[in-house]
Amino acid sequence: MDFSFDVILRNMPYLLAGARWTLVLSLTGISLSVVLGVFICAARISAKGLLRRAAAVYISAFRGIPLLVQLLLFYYLLPEIGLDLPALAAAILAIGMCSAAYVAEILRGALQSIPAGQTEAAEALGIPPVALWRRILVPQALRLGLPSLVNELILLVKVSSLASVVGIGELTRVAQNITGQTYRPLEIYLAAAAVYFVINFTLSQLGRMAERRLRLD
Amino acid sequence: MKYDLFLRYGPALLRGFGVSLLCWIVGSLGGALLGFVIACLYRWSAWPVRWILQAYIEVIRGTPFMIQLFVLYYGGPYAGLVLSPIQSGIVSFVVYGSPYFAEIFRSGFEAIPKGQLEAARAIGIGEFAILRRIMLPQMMVLITAPLTNFVIILSKETAILSVVTVPELLYETQTMAAETFTFVEPFLALSLFYWLLVVVTAELGRRVETYAMRHLRRSASAT
Repeated sequence: MDFSFDVILRNMPYLLAGARWTLVLSLTGISLSVVLGVFICAARISAKGLLRRAAAVYISAFRGIPLLVQLLLFYYLLPEIGLDLPALAAAILAIGMCSAAYVAEILRGALQSIPAGQTEAAEALGIPPVALWRRILVPQALRLGLPSLVNELILLVKVSSLASVVGIGELTRVAQNITGQTYRPLEIYLAAAAVYFVINFTLSQLGRMAERRLRLD
Repeated sequence: MKYDLFLRYGPALLRGFGVSLLCWIVGSLGGALLGFVIACLYRWSAWPVRWILQAYIEVIRGTPFMIQLFVLYYGGPYAGLVLSPIQSGIVSFVVYGSPYFAEIFRSGFEAIPKGQLEAARAIGIGEFAILRRIMLPQMMVLITAPLTNFVIILSKETAILSVVTVPELLYETQTMAAETFTFVEPFLALSLFYWLLVVVTAELGRRVETYAMRHLRRSASAT
């Protein structure tokens, strides 16, 4: 069979429309996961044993079960207990909650590399805990964890392809639909791969720029 | 909870688990081997080869596994490459894993102090012996943890193979759910299987790590 660029060109607008949903999924997913991840990380390192154990269970559960399975659980199991979520919400929730476990571990690693003396000094100076976290610990942890967080965002863009399984019209789903109409899987999936690559390459370059800007020297 | 379902679908689930294990083990070993070759080529060749390898790594790491699987399984036949679902699953696993393995091996290579290599070359030790006797034993200590980590990640990616009808664990579970109109039982069984897999792999990783560190322990006790 001859490789046809024509098919790719003709269907590019649809693929790009799908890519928009891929971006929506991954950006809302990463926002949710960073917010949730901060709380889980706080619980993971808190002084209360119960909180610490709960966070550890959360992390090992969400890291131990394949995301595809989590996605199906959110999509099919939640309606059974009376929580009927639209597909998009279920996908964002599943992706965000799974990624939150990874983000929590990234932040924990970053926080633990901040010298304990800083916390002690802040306490000695009478800085209240909220200000200690907001002004001292979180900004440094974010800076230290940024490379890993950008990595996580890129992973998120890629796992958002799984949301096609619950029927969301993102890039992979659109590619499947177009393939169903044109019988040109090779061209269409390669084009989809190229779109993913462009998104991820842009993200990794942006991440590198942000890292350079945040560097303190 | 209907316990008799486990008895009825137990064999199918076990068979699915076997297929998952097969794809995972063969895929991981193949991926690690290919990754090692890539890392070695990267280290010992000129810039055009390096450039190509770098592009390969970037492209494979920048695209979702599911898309790679689709290109191979659905697109392959149009390019003259007809593979069964399991074959395409294993091949795409090898390809998908190789750049990550290559990066892990590369980080290991780079962690060996240059002075050791210069000293080894100066006293006439061959390149292969340097790799085998000097670099690998020291690297293994450092890279066992990330290797285990990535192998665990791969074990979970096997679930994606169900999308191209590889009869692995998730596929059998979905069949069970669809045939019996149950949901809790099949997915409970599924979670248990994956959990078992991850726990066993983590333990194996710890064993390998202890084995790789044996020369450090011995020298520590000697002093």
